Amino acid sequence: MTAAAEGSPPLALGRRRRSSLLQTEPAQGFALISPTFLYALVLLVVPILVVVAHSFWTQNYLTIDRSFTLENYRVALTEPIYRDLLMRSLWISLLVSFFTVVMAYPIAYFISFHGGQHKGLWLFLITIPFWTSYLLRVMSWRVILGYNGVLNSGLMGLGFISEPSTALLYNTSAVVITLTHAWAAFAILPIFVSLEKVDRSLIEAATDLGDGPLRRFLRITLPLSSPGVIAALLIVMIPTVGDFVTPRLVGGKDGVMIANAIQAQFSKAANWPLGAALSVTTMVIVTAMAAAAVLIIRSAARLAR
Amino acid sequence: MTALRKIFARWLPVYAGLYIVFLYLPVVFLPIFSLNTAVTPKFPLEGLTLKWYEELPNTPALLDAAWNSLVVGIAAAILSTVLGICAARAITRYRFPGRRTINGLIMAPLVLPEIIVAVSMLLVILQMGLDLSLMTVVLGHVLVCIPYSLTVLTSGFEGFDRSLEEASADLGETAFGTFRRVTLPMVTPAIISSLLVSFTISLDEFIMAFFLTGTKPTLPIYIWGQLRFAAKLPGVLALGTLLLVGSFLLLTIAELLRRRAARRSQNTGGAFA
Repeated sequence: MTAAAEGSPPLALGRRRRSSLLQTEPAQGFALISPTFLYALVLLVVPILVVVAHSFWTQNYLTIDRSFTLENYRVALTEPIYRDLLMRSLWISLLVSFFTVVMAYPIAYFISFHGGQHKGLWLFLITIPFWTSYLLRVMSWRVILGYNGVLNSGLMGLGFISEPSTALLYNTSAVVITLTHAWAAFAILPIFVSLEKVDRSLIEAATDLGDGPLRRFLRITLPLSSPGVIAALLIVMIPTVGDFVTPRLVGGKDGVMIANAIQAQFSKAANWPLGAALSVTTMVIVTAMAAAAVLIIRSAARLAR
Repeated sequence: MTALRKIFARWLPVYAGLYIVFLYLPVVFLPIFSLNTAVTPKFPLEGLTLKWYEELPNTPALLDAAWNSLVVGIAAAILSTVLGICAARAITRYRFPGRRTINGLIMAPLVLPEIIVAVSMLLVILQMGLDLSLMTVVLGHVLVCIPYSLTVLTSGFEGFDRSLEEASADLGETAFGTFRRVTLPMVTPAIISSLLVSFTISLDEFIMAFFLTGTKPTLPIYIWGQLRFAAKLPGVLALGTLLLVGSFLLLTIAELLRRRAARRSQNTGGAFA
C-alpha cells in the first residue's frame, strides 16, 4: 500500500481534477505559510524599515522633520559617549560569545560522544535554568557577586580574603559572567546538533590510519562541527549587543551598553531619530563583526582539513 | 597518546559537572533566599520563614500583574501556535520557491537584538496612532514566540508519514476529514508542546513588554519595578521561585509530549513501512 502511494506523485488526483494554477503544490504551500509570513513582514520587516527611515530624519520637539539628513549618524559615530558605548558593547558581545562558545563546546561534545542513553536528559537539564525568569537570573547574579554576596561571604568564611571584594560586581566582567550564563543553552544546542551529524566512521577511519585523539579531534571533529560553532556564535553575539537589563542591574557605571542609550532615546530623552540611528548603526556593525567571525572560523576549518 | 585520552576521558565528566553547577548556581539561590527571615540575601541565613510567600496573595498589584501576564500568555500562545502550525505544515509538507527565505524571515527574531525589534514595533504602533496596551504586548510576544513554536512543531511534523494521509484520501476521506481524523491526532502532542513553550516564553519576556505595554504591567514589568526597593527583594525571590516551579512543570509536560509525538510519528511510520 505504501509503495503504491509513494509511487504516485502526491495530490495527483486533485491536480488532474482542478488544473488551475492556484491548486499546484507550490501555490498551496505558499498559501499555507502566508499568514505567518505576512505577520513577520508587517510586524518585523516594515517596522525595521520605518526605523531606518527615522534614522535619516530629525525631531523638533513633538514633530518629525522628514527632510533627509545624516546628522544622526554623525552624532552616533563621533560623539564620544555613543562611540565609547558602542565600542564597549561590541567588545562585551565579542567576549561573551567567545566565552560562551568555548565553555559550551566541551559540554556539547561530552553529551554527543559520551551521553549514551541519557542525551535527552542532559539536554533537558541544560535548558531548565534558561527557563527561569531572565530578570531574576540577573538579579541572582547580583546576589552572588555583591558586596555582601554569596561569593564574598563564602570566600571570607574560607579565609581567602579578609574583607569583601568590590571587584566582583558593577563592572564589565560582571556583565560578561551574567551574559555568558544567560546564553549558555543557546550555544550548547547548535553545537550539539552539528556534533551529532559528524559521521563516526570518519573518526574510526582516522584512528585506523594512525591519528591520535588530539589530531583526530582537530582534523575531523572540530572542522565538521564548525557550522554549529558558527550558529552558536551568531545566536549569542548579535542579541547580546542589544541587552540592557544585565548592564543596568550588574554593570554599574563601567558596564553601561549601547542598548541603555537606545532605550533612553526612546523613553526619557525622546529623540526617536537619534535612537533609530543608534539602533541601525549597532545592527550594521554587529552584523559585520559576526560576518567577519564566521569567515575566520570557516577558513580556519578549511585549513585544518 | 593513551595518557592524553585518559586525562581527557576523566576530566570531561568533571567539567560537565562543574558546568552544571555554574548553570544552576543562580537558580538555586532564588528558593534559598526566599525562605530567609532577613531581607538582605547573605549567608548564614537568619532563619527559615514562609512569610514572603504568605504576603504574595495580599499584594493587589502583583495579582493584577499576574492576571495580565496570564491573559497575554494565553493569547500569545494560541496565536503563535496557530501561525506556527501554518508555517510548519507548509515547510514540512510542500516544496515552493522562497521557502528557505521565508523560513529565515520567520526565524529572524531569534537572532536579532530584542531591543531593536521592540523599538521598531513601538515606533510603528505610535506612528499609526494606536494606544499601547496588553494587545500590543501580545503582538510583540507572538513575534518572539513564533520561532520557538515553529521549531517545536516542525520537529513534530517531520517524520510524519505522508502516505497515511494519501491512504486516507484514496479511501475517500475529504481533505478536512483526513486532517481531522489522521493528521490532527498525530500532531496534537506537538501542538500542545508549542502552546506550553510559547506561554512560558511570554510569561518571562521582559524587553518587548517593557516597551510595548501601556498602563498595565505584566509580571516581569512588575518585578522590574520591585527590584528598585531592597526591602522588596525576598518577596520578588518568592515570586520567582513560584514562577520557576510553574515553568518547570509546564516545560516538563511539553518535553514529554514532544518526545511522545516524535516517537509516535516514527513508530506508526515504521509499522506501515
